[in-house]
Amino acid sequence: MTTQRTLAVVSAGLSQPSSTRLLADRLSAATARELELLGHTVTIEQIELRDHAHAIIDAMLTGFPTGDLARAVDALTKADGVIAVTPLFTTTYSGLFKSFVDILDKESLSQMPVLLGATGGTTRHSLALEYSVRPLFTYLRADVVSTSVFAATDDWATGATQHDGRDDSVNPLPQRIDRAGRALAERVAARENAGPADPFATAPSFLDLLR
Amino acid sequence: MQFGIFTVSDVTTDPTTGHTPDDTERVRDILTIAKHADEAGLDVFATGEHHNPPFVASSPTTMLGYLAGVTKNITLSTATTLITTNDPVRLAEEYAMLQVISDGRMDLMMGRGNTGPVYPWFGQDIRQGIPLAVENYALLRRLWTEDVVDWEGKFRTPLQGFTSTPRPLDGVPPFVWHGSIRSPEIAEQAAYYGDGFLHNNIFWPMTHTKQMVQYYRQRFEHYGHGRADQAIVGLGGQVFMRKNSQDAWNEFRPYFDVAPVYGHGPSMEDFTRETPLTVGSPQQVIDRYGAFVDEIGYYQRQLFLIDHAGLPLKTVLEQIDLLAGDVVPELRKIVDAKRPSDDVPLNPPTHAERVAAARAAGEQGAAHVGGTEDRWTGRRAEENADGRHANAGSAFGL
Repeated sequence: MTTQRTLAVVSAGLSQPSSTRLLADRLSAATARELELLGHTVTIEQIELRDHAHAIIDAMLTGFPTGDLARAVDALTKADGVIAVTPLFTTTYSGLFKSFVDILDKESLSQMPVLLGATGGTTRHSLALEYSVRPLFTYLRADVVSTSVFAATDDWATGATQHDGRDDSVNPLPQRIDRAGRALAERVAARENAGPADPFATAPSFLDLLR
Repeated sequence: MQFGIFTVSDVTTDPTTGHTPDDTERVRDILTIAKHADEAGLDVFATGEHHNPPFVASSPTTMLGYLAGVTKNITLSTATTLITTNDPVRLAEEYAMLQVISDGRMDLMMGRGNTGPVYPWFGQDIRQGIPLAVENYALLRRLWTEDVVDWEGKFRTPLQGFTSTPRPLDGVPPFVWHGSIRSPEIAEQAAYYGDGFLHNNIFWPMTHTKQMVQYYRQRFEHYGHGRADQAIVGLGGQVFMRKNSQDAWNEFRPYFDVAPVYGHGPSMEDFTRETPLTVGSPQQVIDRYGAFVDEIGYYQRQLFLIDHAGLPLKTVLEQIDLLAGDVVPELRKIVDAKRPSDDVPLNPPTHAERVAAARAAGEQGAAHVGGTEDRWTGRRAEENADGRHANAGSAFGL
């Protein structure tokens, strides 16, 4: 097994700069750090969905991705691990995030180590990661790590010490990011992506089909 | 190489005039288009098969049977015939009848169909699409090549002592294509039988088409039907032309922008770059389509979609004239010159060629089976006709 690992980081934030992208960056940095500690070299493929927004809709309408989007899908499919971060809109992942997932081949994330992240205005939305984002990836048979990371606006002002009694000093965001990064790094270290299945290599012989 | 057109038979409002043809008008337009294609000298007219609005082509052999009578040279075909949801017994009968009526001036293309509800409407399960295509086609072939068939499968009532009539013309079944966009299993099926394979790539990038065709070619060779470059390949295509490229671009854009399949999606600039859709002058079509041979090897049939998205009949007929008059003669020269050797088939096999090949191989079937008496009722045809009741009740075994 080689020591080279590639992480694909999907970020579905709409504003620029975006707190979703910020969380994605923190998660990928934490994962890369842990992988390097385990002796791996890490390459990071950034997939900023806003840049592909029109192409994603075109792909939904025509049935195939083209250009930069096709290259992004290819990079995602060939990655050793995926970090997927979406803003939460009206109780769930954003439409852009789901549209991107919808144009992926249904097998492309099978067995793929995935770390989930989400951003939202208040901590009241935090469980949306577990009841709506996680099932989506479970359906795709991804290997979703048990720790996922939700960041509310206030989380960006938390640390290990308490200020005004409003922040989470017991389990602050940096600590959650580190734990999640460690969990993903362990999975990614243990598995190497053999690349997307070749539908032609796995096609059954006609004699088997006739049976 | 053969050049022809295929219709999906959509009823679509013309976005520039607001006119929507009714079903009768659309069917009659399709007949006019096919007759015009024959008169203009195109090689193939193929019709789709659909069982839901806005499409009108539900009964291909009725349409093609009529066209067989009113056209002279054009090969009549399908794009595609639903091998999954049609009863293979009816397909054997209907297309043998069409073969006889057209005197062999036909072939047909199998497809699974991509409209989900058609499966349950016809009593099938879409998840069984591939197994249905495999089993139904295996039965269809037996019904054409064996005079009396005993058969039992997973999907259809068993048959004991069944003979499909009329027997194929000269005892040789029609040539069959298999169309598939992304299923290697169907390319495999076409290769196994040595049938043709058509990739209708009108919405797909050439990279994908190339993979599918190469796979079919390799498997064709694997099953011993000849070299990979001798396999019979067809492609879909889509064009809109005017003498002046900018006129074509301006005239087609309102149709493109709201077209049923890709409308409101990618720009015409993007779509023409990524797919075989070519909008421009006849020379641009010649340049683009003349290069496909370089991608997938010499192939035998190029079909174009030209009568969709609400384009008026007059425009479609003009497209046929441009295709037959300006494009095909030049394009044929270009692609024929790229044929690697004389033993690579120039065209798909004609009926006469298939008869000669079957005769040489000793595989020609009977053109009639049994005597002149119905072996189930014991009656002769004329006994029914003149109203005698000598064998009354015999159909019930009494």
